[in-house]
Amino acid sequence: MALDKIGIAKRIAQEVQDGMYINLGIGIPTLVANYIPDALDVVLQSENGLLGIGQFPTEEKVDADLINAGKQTITMRDGSVLFDSAESFAMIRGGHVDLTILGAMEVSENGDISNWKIPGKMVKGMGGAMDLVASAENIIVAMQHTSRNGESKLLKECSLPITGLRCVKKIVTNLAVLEVQQAGGFKLLERAPGITVDEIREATAGKLIIEGDIPEMKID
Amino acid sequence: MINKVIKNASEAVKDIPDNAVLMLGGFGLCGIPENSIQALLETKVKGLTCISNNAGVDDFGIGLLLKTHQVKKMISSYVGENAEFERQLLSGELDVDLIPQGTLAERVRAGGAGIPAFYTPAGFGTEVAEGKETREFDGKMYLLETGLIADFALVKAWKGDTAGNLIFKGTARNFNPLMAAAGKITIAEVEELVPAGDLNPNEIHTPGIYVQRIFEGKNYEKRIEQRTVRS
Repeated sequence: MALDKIGIAKRIAQEVQDGMYINLGIGIPTLVANYIPDALDVVLQSENGLLGIGQFPTEEKVDADLINAGKQTITMRDGSVLFDSAESFAMIRGGHVDLTILGAMEVSENGDISNWKIPGKMVKGMGGAMDLVASAENIIVAMQHTSRNGESKLLKECSLPITGLRCVKKIVTNLAVLEVQQAGGFKLLERAPGITVDEIREATAGKLIIEGDIPEMKID
Repeated sequence: MINKVIKNASEAVKDIPDNAVLMLGGFGLCGIPENSIQALLETKVKGLTCISNNAGVDDFGIGLLLKTHQVKKMISSYVGENAEFERQLLSGELDVDLIPQGTLAERVRAGGAGIPAFYTPAGFGTEVAEGKETREFDGKMYLLETGLIADFALVKAWKGDTAGNLIFKGTARNFNPLMAAAGKITIAEVEELVPAGDLNPNEIHTPGIYVQRIFEGKNYEKRIEQRTVRS
C-alpha cells in the first residue's frame, strides 16, 4: 500500500543521524520531527531565527514571539539560540546545516526541483526554499509520486518554474525511496510496502534505474 | 547621550511622504511594527514601496495598508497568507518583487553595511536570475544581488533605551536589526522604553547609532497566525 504522509515522514526520519543540524520545510517535512528516535541528539533550525526548536507549547506556554517558519507557536529546547535572518541564512548558505528536508511539486531526473510557483494559479513566493536548495549539500525531498489525477511528478525535466538546479539527492515518496544519480536518473532504492516495481515504473516519467532486487521499506 | 525619544507613533511617522520606500520588520506577524502601521493608516500616506519578508494577513499587519490601497509595491519573499494581496497582484493593481528570503536578508544587511552588491547562489537558474549578472567561483554559479536601503525603516523591539539601543525577544528579532541599519531614518517602537544606562551593554542587539526615533508602543495585539499547542 502507498504510504500516507506519516509513513513518508517516518521513512525520512530513518535518514537522520546523531549530531545533525537539520532544517525542516513546511508540510510533511515538519512531521519528520515527531519520528526522530529519542536516542539521537539533533538540533532543528528554524530559518526565522532559531536553532533548537522544541515541542509545541502547552496552552499556558504559548508565546506570540516564538514561532517556527510555518508560523506555528513553538518552544525552545535547552541549548537553543536565537539570531536574526541574515545570520540564519549565513548558516544555510555557508553549508553549516547538515540535512535539509523539503517538499516539492516536481523533481527532474538530474535533481532540479520546482516547489514555489504555479503560473496563473499560485504565487505565494519562494520564502527560504531557493537559498536552501542552492547551498545545502544534503537535500531529501518529501513528496507524492504522482498528482491527484495520476500524472508523475518525477520527470525528465520540470515543467513548473524552477527553485534550484541539480540539488536533490534523495527522494521519499508515497511509493518509493529514490536516489538522484550524478549522471541523471532516479535510482530505485526501496519500495513502499506492497508496492511493485512495475507500479513505480508506471508512476515515474523520468528515467528510472533498477538494479537487482528492490527491498521493501521497513516502517514501524 | 543623544535622546531619540518621540512621543508616539503618530509623531514618529508624520513626515513619511507619499511614494516613500519603507522597510518593515517582522516574520509573518511576529515582530511587526504594529503601532507604526496603525499610524500610517491614519496619515493616509500612499504610493508606498514596502520591503518586508511577508505582507501580513487580510486584516492585520501590512495587510491593513493593502486594504486601504496605500501600497504601490511590495518586495517580499513569501506572501501566501493574504487573499487581498493575491487579488491585487493578479489584477495588476500591485507591483510585487518576490525574492529569496536569504537574499532579502542579505540585501538589507548589505545595504545597511555599505556593501553595494554581493554574489549568492540562491536563485541561479530560476526566474530570479533573469537580467542579473552571473559569475562562477570554484565551479559553482552565483548571482550578483544589490544592497537595499530605505527612506524609513519601521522596526519593533522588546526593550529599548532613550539612546535608541534595542533588545529583541524570541523569533521576533528576524529582519528587525538588519532593517534598523538600512533605514535612512529608522523608527523603533518598543514594548518597554527605559533610560539610557538601564540596559546591559552586553545584551544589546541593535546599537542606537542605527535608530533615529524611538517610542514606547501601546496596545500590542501580537496576533498569532498558527496557534499550535501540544495535545
